[in-house]
Amino acid sequence: MKLDAKTPSGPLTTKWSRYKEECKLVNPANKRKFSVIVVGTGLAGASAAASLGELGYKVTCFCYQDTARRAHSIAAQGGINAAKNYPNDGDSVQRLFNDTIKGGDYRAREANVYRLAEVSNAIIDQSVAQGVPFAREYGGLLANRSFGGAQVSRTFYARGQTGQQLLLGAYQALSRQVAKGQVKIYSRTEMLDLVLVDGVAKGIVVRDMVTGKISSYSADAVVLATGGYGNTFYLSTNARGCNAMAIWRSYKRGAGFANPCYTQIHPTCIPVSGDHQSKLTLMSESLRNDGRVWVPKTKGDKRPPSQIPESERDYYLETRYPSFGNLAPRDVTSRAAKLVCDEGRGVGASGLGVYLDFAESIGRLGKKAIEERYGNLFEMYERITGEDAYESPMRIFPAIHYTMGGLWVDYNLMSTIPGLFVLGEANFSDHGANRLGASALMQGLADGYFVLPYTIANYFGSSKKFVPSTDAPEFKQTEQAASEHLKRLLSIQGSRTPTSFHRELGKLLWENCGMARSDQSLKTAIKKIAVIREEFWKNLKVTGSPGELNQTLELANRVSDYMELGELICRDALERRESCGGHFRVEYQTEDHEAKRDDDNFSHVAVWEYQGAGKEPVRNIEPLQYEVVTMSQRSYK
Amino acid sequence: MSKEMNLTLKVWKQKDQNSPGRMKTYQAKKVSPDMSFLEMLDVVNEELIHQGQDPIAFDSDCREGICGTCSMVINGTPHGPMKGTTACELHMRHFKDGDVIAIEPWRAKPFPVLRDLITNRSALDRIIQAGGYISVSTGNPADANALPVAKKDADLAMDAAACIGCGACVAVCKNASAMLFVSAKVSHLGLLPQGKPERDRRVWKMVSQMDKEGFGNCTNTYACEAVCPKKVSALFIARMNRDYALSVAKGQPDAS
Ligand SMILES: Cc1cc2nc3c(=O)[nH]c(=O)nc-3n(C[C@H](O)[C@H](O)[C@H](O)COP(=O)(O)OP(=O)(O)OC[C@H]3O[C@@H](n4cnc5c(N)ncnc54)[C@H](O)[C@@H]3O)c2cc1C
Ligand code: SF4
Ligand code: FES
Repeated sequence: MKLDAKTPSGPLTTKWSRYKEECKLVNPANKRKFSVIVVGTGLAGASAAASLGELGYKVTCFCYQDTARRAHSIAAQGGINAAKNYPNDGDSVQRLFNDTIKGGDYRAREANVYRLAEVSNAIIDQSVAQGVPFAREYGGLLANRSFGGAQVSRTFYARGQTGQQLLLGAYQALSRQVAKGQVKIYSRTEMLDLVLVDGVAKGIVVRDMVTGKISSYSADAVVLATGGYGNTFYLSTNARGCNAMAIWRSYKRGAGFANPCYTQIHPTCIPVSGDHQSKLTLMSESLRNDGRVWVPKTKGDKRPPSQIPESERDYYLETRYPSFGNLAPRDVTSRAAKLVCDEGRGVGASGLGVYLDFAESIGRLGKKAIEERYGNLFEMYERITGEDAYESPMRIFPAIHYTMGGLWVDYNLMSTIPGLFVLGEANFSDHGANRLGASALMQGLADGYFVLPYTIANYFGSSKKFVPSTDAPEFKQTEQAASEHLKRLLSIQGSRTPTSFHRELGKLLWENCGMARSDQSLKTAIKKIAVIREEFWKNLKVTGSPGELNQTLELANRVSDYMELGELICRDALERRESCGGHFRVEYQTEDHEAKRDDDNFSHVAVWEYQGAGKEPVRNIEPLQYEVVTMSQRSYK
Repeated sequence: MSKEMNLTLKVWKQKDQNSPGRMKTYQAKKVSPDMSFLEMLDVVNEELIHQGQDPIAFDSDCREGICGTCSMVINGTPHGPMKGTTACELHMRHFKDGDVIAIEPWRAKPFPVLRDLITNRSALDRIIQAGGYISVSTGNPADANALPVAKKDADLAMDAAACIGCGACVAVCKNASAMLFVSAKVSHLGLLPQGKPERDRRVWKMVSQMDKEGFGNCTNTYACEAVCPKKVSALFIARMNRDYALSVAKGQPDAS
């Protein structure tokens, strides 16, 4: 596998402007002749499809929800970063770049991250022009707040619904292109596979989720913006429907999968309440601006929080990380919570929880101010737990939230398959081993609004125009294979549901490849996954038929991917013999339990190459070179 | 933690858009009060699959009240009994042992049933496509702070923009009116200076599309506001009516 990042030469700060100056353009008359498939209508997909439509390309767009507006991006609560420096607190493109590289524990590509920081401001301008109702100060100017891993206030927000508002902005821009006939959207349509013609991505095979009909679409290029693979772990903060099918099946067609073990565990989620749990709900990180995290000092202290006096509380983040305190980055905060729970100081019935307490800020700012900032989150908490967080502290616990890994892409956002572009959470590009809060929204929109429109033109400008007919044998064979896969799932007629397998796999991954990983736990997991997978293919039970709306079949199909992807996550974690960001190997830690990187041996991207069913995949390497940043031990003390 | 419950569910079953449907009875056993309503249905479905029976098809995605996917009428009320709460956020602690719960899909002509509790709400997309946006292309817009927006306008715009497009307002309305949904978007964009230039055109086009889709008229019963999980205020309907009257008075905007 050839891994050429195609990073432009020249100084870091001018790479992107030079790229834009030198990139090939497609003249307006020709744009009409180029067609693009965009899978996904989240921030990345919707912004890309809308922008490409505006430029004149013929765009076909797909999502599994009943409408583009419901993509998982809608659930993002806290905010979006940009280097505007409106509060005049010393922010700059350079600082946002530095924070993101450091936050990613020096495992991201410098040039990509710099470009991200560089276009961040334009995203805010664009969104405001679209009518995104960001929070404002009384003077009418935009308000900011701070997020984990940063000492400046650079996060823009729309109450606790930032993702919703940004997505609706992009969805509305997309709707305008639909009205103009530039974009056609197929909702309730799931991509089952990628189609290559002569080694180039030329189309996809999809299933109409209402009728079950399998068909193909072809185009000059295929863009995947299908989100992350956190649901491999069963319980996560992702939406129920989030899945890995598009990226996983593209991997099996030859796209490199980068850093699958970089998964992010979010420190502030509502703890699990029982076996019926179908997903976990995030309480936005922004709450840590005003909430203080603590547990009792004494092991097994089961008194209600109100009866534990100040002197017997351990505000462990504030003591361990005095300069970042409650705003320490996610990976650090999650591990700290695990540590205190492992010590037996966790709270709640299960002992798997810590307090997030607002009493002090309510005392200082008044209940009204807190309500204004986080009202909807407090309501959400109450609906789920039946508890009032204005009165007693929230209980929170870490949960799988985001995946930094994804399909490998070069500077053009193109995967190792020519013509296959990957945007947003689905790619691996910008967050290294750990993503900072409020920067996924930034990345999704940067990719879609401001990067892909240039890089895809560059691709079209330098490749031959060719759209195969969907009657071509490559399409028919892929359709056939997809359809046989579904039939196989239905034919087993064993005794266990897809959910029961998914839950079992998720639990295994969480326990062995979650917050703490070890050589032994990973080897065990890899062995056990093989066993679960074998049982899956022998004992699965799916009802109904393929030619109808069949949610059990949809799930079984997705779980069949997780059975393989779960193993790759563990393999990658096993081979990465260091700790960095969200990847914590217990063997590699400092004396005070922080992640210990091994820059000599692991300052690289691990890119996995599929070798065929039953064969071990090959691990390739893209070395990371730091020209500007000096690598250091990440410290938030 | 309180005790587990046993419940009787009466659920609308319909194979596809063209088949007739009927209510079918199911037993939900050992329901924990900590479960969400949809998790309760998950558990019932797991059991049905085990028995080789057809599970209850229902839509959901985020399961935290923001995507607008979940859509079911619970005991006669869209999204169920709790105010300002979507079906996915509703928890079983609000029910008691022995309850009989009726579960039906959104019922409105513009939302045909696709299967069981799942309906086709694409009519709402087409209303947005008709004009629910600000016509700005990706490019180099002015600095975001170049145009200050009074906090109260921004806040009110946000109140309207909070709509999740679920369609509960339509489902509860005896006329199947989509006025609350449409007025929320018209107000969100109309309240902001960026949305002012297209204000007349927007309201005209969106209302025309709404009529074309077969949504009924608003007769001011405010049932929509009462069931709206995001508490979108019916005052936005009044606001839209004013905008609409103004746009008519100014003459029909060009059709482009
Ligand atoms: C609860 C929560 C809160 C968050 N809060 C923040 C925050 O405050 N700030 C921040 O920066 N980030 C936040 N994040 C992360 C951020 O929301 C996501 O990383 C980001 O929105 C992903 O966007 P995306 O466009 O890449 O993918 P998504 O929004 O996940 O969209 C994926 C799209 O792909 C489609 N799709 C997927 N598979 C298929 C298939 N097989 N066939 C057809 N279509 C398919 C889906 O239908 C969907 O349209 C949060 C995440 C969660 C879970
Ligand atoms: S106005 Fe309320 S009920 Fe109607 S679609 Fe929007 S959120 Fe749903
Ligand atoms: S499932 Fe998203 S709002 Fe209910």
